[in-house]
Parts: sequence; structure tokens; C-alpha cells
Amino acid sequence: MHIPDGFLDAKTAAGAGALALVGLSLALRQARLHLPPRRVPLMGLTAAFVFAGQMVNFPVAGGTSGHLLGATLTAVLVGPSAAVVVLAAVLIVQCFLFADGGVTALGANLVNLALVAPLGGYGVFRAVRPLAAGRRGTVLAAGFAGWCSTVLAAVACAGHLALSGIVPWSTVFPAMAGIHMLIGLGEGAITALVVAAISRSRPELVGGHPEGPARWTDFATLGLIVATVLALSLAPFASSWPDGLERVATALGFAGHAVERPLLDPPLADYRIPGIVSAPLATVLAGTSGALLVLGLAWLLARALVPNRDER
Amino acid sequence: MSAEVRLAAAVALVVVTALLPLTATWYFAAVAALLGLTTLLARVPVRTLFRRLLLVEPFAIGTAMLAWWQPDGGRIFLGLLVKSTLCVATMVLLAVTTPFTALVDVLRRARVPPLLVTTLALLDRYRFVLADEALRMRRARASRSFDTRRGLSWATLASVVAVLFLRSTERAERIYAAMCARGWR
Repeated sequence: MHIPDGFLDAKTAAGAGALALVGLSLALRQARLHLPPRRVPLMGLTAAFVFAGQMVNFPVAGGTSGHLLGATLTAVLVGPSAAVVVLAAVLIVQCFLFADGGVTALGANLVNLALVAPLGGYGVFRAVRPLAAGRRGTVLAAGFAGWCSTVLAAVACAGHLALSGIVPWSTVFPAMAGIHMLIGLGEGAITALVVAAISRSRPELVGGHPEGPARWTDFATLGLIVATVLALSLAPFASSWPDGLERVATALGFAGHAVERPLLDPPLADYRIPGIVSAPLATVLAGTSGALLVLGLAWLLARALVPNRDER
Repeated sequence: MSAEVRLAAAVALVVVTALLPLTATWYFAAVAALLGLTTLLARVPVRTLFRRLLLVEPFAIGTAMLAWWQPDGGRIFLGLLVKSTLCVATMVLLAVTTPFTALVDVLRRARVPPLLVTTLALLDRYRFVLADEALRMRRARASRSFDTRRGLSWATLASVVAVLFLRSTERAERIYAAMCARGWR
């Protein structure tokens, strides 16, 4: 999901850069205020862990394999503001050492993968966790949050590409969101499995952060950033509203045939529900039902991973 | 040439290349020539350069493919590909000629918050250590269990990742003790 150089125009690159700068400095301030000095090396090591963890390949059907992205996992393990710094460090190294992700696109990549992904994932994690008791709730929330953060980051990425005028929103949104709703299943499953394994041996490491719920400013910041990014991403969507079903549908059908189909046939293929006239409404409905489905899957996984006797 | 100059020059070159319109063919040719000259002068092995380019090129192609489905998509696709390849080549040249510690030093002198600089420095230092750790765990597991044709179950692999995290936590505690012993803070 790393955007390379040359895909963003000046205004998008500059805007995303400014947003990333603000978000990153807020996170650095939060981390400095709340992190005991003992945890400072942990951030560097967690960043190195994200690198090494991405080397472990998980087999997917058909000889392909995927790996962990790690945004939600990091947020759950070291806390949201530390996760932002950790993932920013990972992205900066990937950009300058491996040329993975462009220099001009660094701001956009930071916004997508170091702000939206961990903060969105952590927000979902906190919101979903009380749905089940004890460790089961933690595993359920981690799995669902892993999926959500992948999809959120993909939508933000699509927004950046569309804002630059390189690719029309009606092509890039269904392609990115559709693919990452599938990729996110893997990410969610890995996140849930890893969190379950860690919480089995060191339950104190998972999700209990002093900086978490107590401060309303955290939530305000999180909400603001997510809302801004979503607004930015949805702006081109809103502007294409009058075009209505026809244009979006042709683009969707196109993208569906070219990209989504060969991978797997999702139940909501082509991303719309027949019989509902408004395309944006159908998209929202499809997204919501997809999310509910994944929540159910995460619940089943958590049930399987954390049997009843372990709950307390 | 100091690391500051190199970093600034590389970033400036990438920014200009990335933001120019796709029609500036002469400029892209000039950049390509400049990069080729730098490769020769810095005695960077061409094979290394190409290997590093090939490593990231699939991502650029994948993103550029999205531009295909629109009028005149083929030309936009090619232009995007040329642009991103030039930028990637610039960054690869910077990476192979300048050690990352030098770049971290530049950041430190530029008054980037110390927390981020420390994280970057530790990330660079322990990247290989943890990668080796993961490799050792893979080897240990392979020598103790049958490797089925289908590969391992996700639960097993996830527990490898989990143990990797626990070991990094323990290592971080040891590093903190060592840093304090050497007068950090």
C-alpha cells in the first residue's frame, strides 16, 4: 500500500505532508509525556520487530503468501501514540533505505499507514473489546480492528490517489477497498492469533496502556485525524454524486472484472446490492454488511482461540 | 561530500522529478543520464542497483496499473512508471552510498525530536538482529518438526511472531539497562 514517487500531485503531497507532520508531532508529544524512559528502547525494538515480523510468510491458497502489516498489532501492544512513532520510523526507513514508498509520497504514506491504520485500529479495538469478557474480548477486538485498520488505510490511500487526479475515485475506491477487504481478513486473523498467543504467556503486555481511555484529548485527536482523512477521501466521492449509478456502475463492473474476480468471489461482488438505486448508499450498505460479517468471523475465531475455562 | 548535501540533493531531485508533468521527456532523460553518471563515479555495482530496483518495481507497476483504465491510460502508465523508476533509482543510490547512521545524524543535527531519532537509530541497529532471531527460530522449528507440503498452520506461524515480540521486549529491557549503565539521559 506504499505509494511510490510520481503518483501524487503537489497539493496532495503537501497537504498530506502537513497532516503527517502535525499528527506525528502530536504523537511524539503524547509519547514523551506518557512513556517512562524504560520504554524508549522498546519503541526501537518494536519497530525492528515489525520489520522482522513481516518476514514471516503466511501461506494463502494457490501458492501465494501474505505477511503481517502490523499497525493494529503495534497499537495494541505498545499503545496508540507510541505505535504512531514506531510505524513512522518503519516507513521512514523503508523510504530512505529500501526506496519502498516515495519521498514526496512519504507524507501520504505516513498518514495512511502510521496515523489512520494504527489510530483507527486502536479506536476500533477499544470500542469492540467490551463485547466479550476477558481475553476473548481482547482477541475478538484485535482481529476485527486488524481488518478495519487495513480497509481504512486502503480507503485513505485511494483518496490520496484520487485527489491527485491520477486515477478516478470511481476506479480506485472499489479496487483498493475490495482488495483490502480480502487482505484485511488475513491481517485480522494474524493479528488475532498473535495477540492470543502473547496474551496467553504475558497478558499484561496486551492493551493495558495508562495513556488509553483516561484522556479525552487522545480521543479528540484520534477522531479529528480519522475524520479529516475520511473527509479528504470522501470529498471526490461526494463530488461524483450527481453522476449517479451509471458511471460508478460501469467503473465498478470494470474494476470488479479486472481485479476482484480472479482472487475470490466475494458475496457482495461488484460492491453493490441489486435493487438499491443509489450507488453511494449501496456502497455504504455493502461496507457495513461486510464489516458485520467480519465481526462475526472474528467472534468465531476468538471463541475457538479462547475456550470458556480460560476466560477469567 | 557530506551526508547533509547528499540527502538534500537526492530529496530535491526526487521532489522535482515527481512533481513535473509527464510530458517533460527531455528532463527525465537528463535525470537518467545524471543518475547513470553518478553510478559510474560512485562505483556502485550496476547489478546491486538493478536488484534493488527490481525489489520495489512490482509495487510501482501495481499502482500504475490503476491508471490504465482511463482514456489515454497506456501513456499515463508508462509516464508514471518512468517517473517512479527514476525516483527509486535516486533513493537507492543515496542508500548504497550513504550509511543510515549518517542520515540519522543529519536528522539529529536538524533538531528532529530525540524520541524519533532514537527509535530510528535502534530500528536500524536491531533490524538484522531480530531478522536473524526469526531465522534461527525458523531453523530450530524446521529441525524439530516435519515440514508438510502445505506449509505450516497459521497458529504455529503466529506463535513464532508472538515469541519474536516477547524476545524483542526482553532485549529492549537489557538494552535499557545497558544504556543507563553507559550514562544515557
